[in-house]
Amino acid sequence: MSAVRLESVSKHWGASHAVDRISFETRSGQFIVLLGPSGCGKSTTLRLIAGLETTAGGHIFIGDREVTSLPPAKRNVSMVFQSYALFPHLSVAENILFGLKVRGVNVGERQERLTQVADLLSLDSLLDRKPSQLSGGQQQRVALGRAIIARTPVCLMDEPLSNLDAQLRSEMRSEIRALQQKLGITMVYVTHDQTEAMSMADQVILMRDGRIEQDAAPAELYHRPASVFAARFIGTPPMNVVALANAGDAAGGAVIRGSTTVIDALPGEGRLLGIRPEDIVIGATGVAGTVEYLDYLGADSIVKCRVGDELLLVRTPGKFHGVPGDVVHMEWNPASQHFFDAASGRRIDTLDTVARAAA
Amino acid sequence: MNRFSVHIHGWLLLLPAAVLLVLFTHYPVVATLYHSFFSTPRGSVPPVWVGLENYRQMIDDPVFWQALTNNLWFAVGTIPLSIALALLMAIWVNGKIQGRSFLRLAYFTPTVLPMIAVANIWLFFYTPQYGLLEQITGFLGWPSHNWLGSRDTALACLIAVAVWKEAGFFMIFYLAALQQIPPNLNEAGAIEGAGRWYFFRRITFPLLMPTTLFVLVNAVINAFRLIDHVVVMTRGGPDNTTSLLLYYVYEVGFKYWDSAYAAALTMVLLLGLALLAIAQFAFFERRTHYQ
Ligand SMILES: Nc1ncnc2c1ncn2[C@@H]1O[C@H](COP(=O)(O)OP(=O)(O)O)[C@@H](O)[C@H]1O
Ligand SMILES: [Mg+2]
Repeated sequence: MSAVRLESVSKHWGASHAVDRISFETRSGQFIVLLGPSGCGKSTTLRLIAGLETTAGGHIFIGDREVTSLPPAKRNVSMVFQSYALFPHLSVAENILFGLKVRGVNVGERQERLTQVADLLSLDSLLDRKPSQLSGGQQQRVALGRAIIARTPVCLMDEPLSNLDAQLRSEMRSEIRALQQKLGITMVYVTHDQTEAMSMADQVILMRDGRIEQDAAPAELYHRPASVFAARFIGTPPMNVVALANAGDAAGGAVIRGSTTVIDALPGEGRLLGIRPEDIVIGATGVAGTVEYLDYLGADSIVKCRVGDELLLVRTPGKFHGVPGDVVHMEWNPASQHFFDAASGRRIDTLDTVARAAA
Repeated sequence: MNRFSVHIHGWLLLLPAAVLLVLFTHYPVVATLYHSFFSTPRGSVPPVWVGLENYRQMIDDPVFWQALTNNLWFAVGTIPLSIALALLMAIWVNGKIQGRSFLRLAYFTPTVLPMIAVANIWLFFYTPQYGLLEQITGFLGWPSHNWLGSRDTALACLIAVAVWKEAGFFMIFYLAALQQIPPNLNEAGAIEGAGRWYFFRRITFPLLMPTTLFVLVNAVINAFRLIDHVVVMTRGGPDNTTSLLLYYVYEVGFKYWDSAYAAALTMVLLLGLALLAIAQFAFFERRTHYQ
């Protein structure tokens, strides 16, 4: 049974389509991430699921019920807001218990659940404080507590970590993931941070301009991006996407535009090559290029090389010994090549590449 | 030396405001207190020290007691009603309704109008025979009534005007405070299943407490220093039924020219207001959450 299902759901404000006929579904207990650049409609999608916005079309199902026109309270979801939305005049305990009080859960059970949640989130010593007396990370925990104490099967989160510093963010990332698995909640999580998405999700829904660009597991998103956009959104530094040209010799084949080394047997015209910086090895043979720029990051270096008319970024382990102007040779496994249609930006899968990817 | 000159700077910057405050607020209070212990000078008779005589006279003055009672009723009639109305209107015009800028403006208009103009407008409403109120009740077939001329209704008429005028003013404060409350809180409440009334009772109202306190103190002060409407609409009549404290002070001071007694009355009024304000702050401070 799917826990959350959207069928051709739309939302627009005036002429702008914030969400344009999107459909996806997720199984119960999954961690699903809505990923995309700012303004692509992630929050709007989440708010549509929560019932905080009304749809302009389509159907939303939670569990086995259609909830499209139900008010938020009837949808049996909990939500963590980006700004936490804690009630400033209520203590931590009262904030967490707010929903249970509304629903008239008796005092005994309230207390029991509070103790449990406080334990789970290490909030025991903070229960009497006001939100203003807490650090950002602690406020975040309280917001989490308020969401999980309701024991709703589905939990929605809108960029819950974006107000935290990097250290805390990575801690909370694993904590939220662990919590979700322990409680078996279906999580719909919004973020613009691809690292967050890759590390937490079972399923990533990559959005762009109100539409779904790709709906896949993190590994598939990384290994088989459906479009240039998806390819370049995942990974740091992003995938190299360069124009190809037909090789000049009789055999045909493709070369990186402006260079001579054949990298694929099919004609290059009208296709783009995608190759991840970490898949390129600098060695003695292969495509020749000139070093233009070096960035030493400690564990590895990023080398920017000019190949014909194009630039390739290469991630190479340790410190790269060379200077701008040096000529280097780059090799990569043909299986790590991705091809895209130059006009549409969509992935091209020839039988050949499918077979190689499977091998 | 440096620190010294910083202090000098600070005091110099404060000076203009301090001078004005002392000249027009503190000095008059002290002078009034001083005069309240003397007799009123009449012609060539100089004022003489009479101690608490003016205050003792107050205890035996039935008009003073009536003005005080009137004023208390006036306060009871205006304060809760105008605050409740202000809050209701603010919540209403804060919502997503059509033409809300127009509504906001409409509610605020009474505050912008000069007091005297307001009083005159309402004077027309209340006019016997051909006033607006008379025309309406006449149309409904009810007996004619002299609203401002009757002992039973005169004070209520003044209360209605004051509520009409104050509510729009207080609404602005509530509206500003409501807009400070993040809409996320409302959404969090909605997801938890809190109904409108429950949410108002547990979240909105407590968060508006600082505003309520501020508005309440203002409402109390306004109730005890109202005079313009009385002057224009009733002149304290009929039979002193609409004589409020400040109007009585004015009468004593500028009609009967008993300036010493007026000074004593003023001191009592000031003291009462100060005590009320302190009590309100002390009472609400503990219950108020400031953000
Ligand atoms: N309340 C609103 N009124 C008008 N436009 C809105 C509103 N909320 C969002 N939008 C627009 O819808 C688009 C998607 O917004 P949003 O879902 O918040 O993006 P994201 O969360 O992915 O950054 C944006 O172009 C934004 O300007
Ligand atoms: Mg957003």
